[in-house]
Amino acid sequence: MADLLAPATETASASARARPGMARMIRNALLGRMVIVVPYLWLLVFFLVPFLIVFKISLSTTAIAMPPYTPTFGFEDGISGLIAKFGEMSLDNYVWLTEDALYFNAYVSSIVIAAVSTMITLIVGFPVAYGMARAPASLRPTLLMLVILPFWTSFLIRVYAWIGILKPEGLLNQFLLFVGIIDEPLIILNTHTAIFIGIVYSYLPFMVLPLYSSLEKMDYSLIEAAQDLGCPPITAFWKITFPLALPGVLAGCLLVFIPAVGEFVIPDLLGGSQTLMIGKTLWNEFFNNRDWPVSSAVAVILLLILVVPIMLFQQAQARAQEKGR
Amino acid sequence: MKSLGSIRRSFAPWADPAAKPYILFENVTKKFGDFVAVDDLSLSLFEREFFALLGASGCGKSTLLRMLAGFEEPTSGRILLDGQDLRGIPPYRRPVNMMFQSYALFPHMTVEQNIAFGLKQDGMPKPEIAERVGAMLKLVKLEPFARRKPHQLSGGQRQRVALARSLAKRPKVLLLDEPLGALDKKLREETQFELMDLQQELGLTFIVVTHDQEEAMTMADRIAIMDRGTVKQVATPAEIYEAPNSRFVADFVGSVNLFEGQVSSAGNGAMTIASNGFAIRSANGSEAGTGSTVWFAIRPEKIRVASRKPVGAEANAIEGEVYDIAYLGDMTIYHIRLDDGRIVKASTMNSARVSEDVLTWNDRAWISFDRDAGVVLTA
Repeated sequence: MADLLAPATETASASARARPGMARMIRNALLGRMVIVVPYLWLLVFFLVPFLIVFKISLSTTAIAMPPYTPTFGFEDGISGLIAKFGEMSLDNYVWLTEDALYFNAYVSSIVIAAVSTMITLIVGFPVAYGMARAPASLRPTLLMLVILPFWTSFLIRVYAWIGILKPEGLLNQFLLFVGIIDEPLIILNTHTAIFIGIVYSYLPFMVLPLYSSLEKMDYSLIEAAQDLGCPPITAFWKITFPLALPGVLAGCLLVFIPAVGEFVIPDLLGGSQTLMIGKTLWNEFFNNRDWPVSSAVAVILLLILVVPIMLFQQAQARAQEKGR
Repeated sequence: MKSLGSIRRSFAPWADPAAKPYILFENVTKKFGDFVAVDDLSLSLFEREFFALLGASGCGKSTLLRMLAGFEEPTSGRILLDGQDLRGIPPYRRPVNMMFQSYALFPHMTVEQNIAFGLKQDGMPKPEIAERVGAMLKLVKLEPFARRKPHQLSGGQRQRVALARSLAKRPKVLLLDEPLGALDKKLREETQFELMDLQQELGLTFIVVTHDQEEAMTMADRIAIMDRGTVKQVATPAEIYEAPNSRFVADFVGSVNLFEGQVSSAGNGAMTIASNGFAIRSANGSEAGTGSTVWFAIRPEKIRVASRKPVGAEANAIEGEVYDIAYLGDMTIYHIRLDDGRIVKASTMNSARVSEDVLTWNDRAWISFDRDAGVVLTA
């Protein structure tokens, strides 16, 4: 191409020579764009579209039909039909959520249970991560393996196993009775305690791993320097170790808190019928009441409750990074 | 032997038998499992001394420093600071501060906060902290960088922050673990002199651990040469260089020629050594009796090289062949191969631009040295 257009002037020929390079640049730029497009496409198809469907259902009304709500969109509607159907949608389900105290209580109780569990997980996970990070380098891969090992068994089975441990005639009570610490079995199963145990147990790896990664990076001579400058070990921990592990603490807490709020399996299996958690409420609306629109509204609100703090956190982190630079 | 004393003329407490040591290591042993890092070591240091622990990596010098700082406890023996036994005193209660090899600056704190850290820990009132931090920043010339974080500083600036932080509490003793190891050569040389000035100005006791002999020679009042957990020699830089007590020390510090031989005659402090047909007359004797094996150690710069046999019966002289020449500008290093195959290193200052006596490869050459130019070693 460049040869056919070969112009007389020197500058023009220079630009002609540059053309194949330009084409490569454009190709590379497109390729680079593609690499970014793929994950966005993935998120669009498997996250945003399903969310929009859920959101649409949350604006619908229950109906004895298949699917159990109305209106349903179809290609045969035409534009005018579509507009008419949009008119049928309303925020009634969201209003309903505010009218029945059940939902508000379920949200609050979920957040409280998740927050308490996250705190316990942090308190249990920090020493574990610290111990791992301070272990001899040759031992660390093994310890990491041990933290990840539970994932090799189904989550559901592991939660079921806790029933066997916690029930009145279960392993824990039998052991405590045998040792003589207690005279009659403790009632743990079907209480909040059981939920805490279940969540802490199940989500501990999600706390330990980010904590470990931030603690392992830390130079131990910083602790020695702090002690050298007059810090007893506990003060050194709060002034040096903890602030430097803070990114890991935040990441771990989010990784535990977010799934814990919406947790369904653990409260259902370990918490018994009285526990109020939003995941269970949602399940009841969906399967017992067959009220897809209300359960969709519950899900949308849950998402909002979780997305807002995450966005605030990300903003704070971006600002901290900006300041650090 | 003429004076091989301290560079700071008036400062030589180690020569005074009445002087009380400030820091005392008494038969200190430190084992890590089966590995003996420090082996039954005794050492006394004096107040206001600039002391260097010099040795190859793994010789136990850092362990010694860490024991003084309190990060390690001796397996046996004791360490006394100003008469007080340090055993069982945790690092945060010892009146010593350490400058770490990695600097160990707190990455989440500014330069100011790093320097103030130890003072805050001591509960010093705020205005006083501000004043002291200001003085420290001035001392290390970092005032414009007070609000920066460590990662925004250059290596040399970080080194200064670490120094200021360890000095801020006015410790009785400052421990420096390879303080200049991470700096480039030029900066290192500048900083050496700054450290010396600082030590003089503040009147503190400095103990520096280094594997760089030039650094130790430049800065220290006395040097301890360490090897495999033991101290080989403790002396002033000049003594270490000119009067090493063993082949190890002679070889470790600087460059040296060692002539192995047997004592053929000894008396009046002088001796003659028969070294493979070369009779070396030495004005410096030793306790070694006639017939025993000794080593005559002589530094390359004390050997003269010439194309003709030097006149005068005073000098030791032997003929050889020029094997290698390294021209360094300020000096030239010759490797002379003696007729029995031994290589002798000799260096000459190029004090004249044009030399009359030019030697080149494979020329026959004479090396000569005075009777008092070397030392006789028995170990």
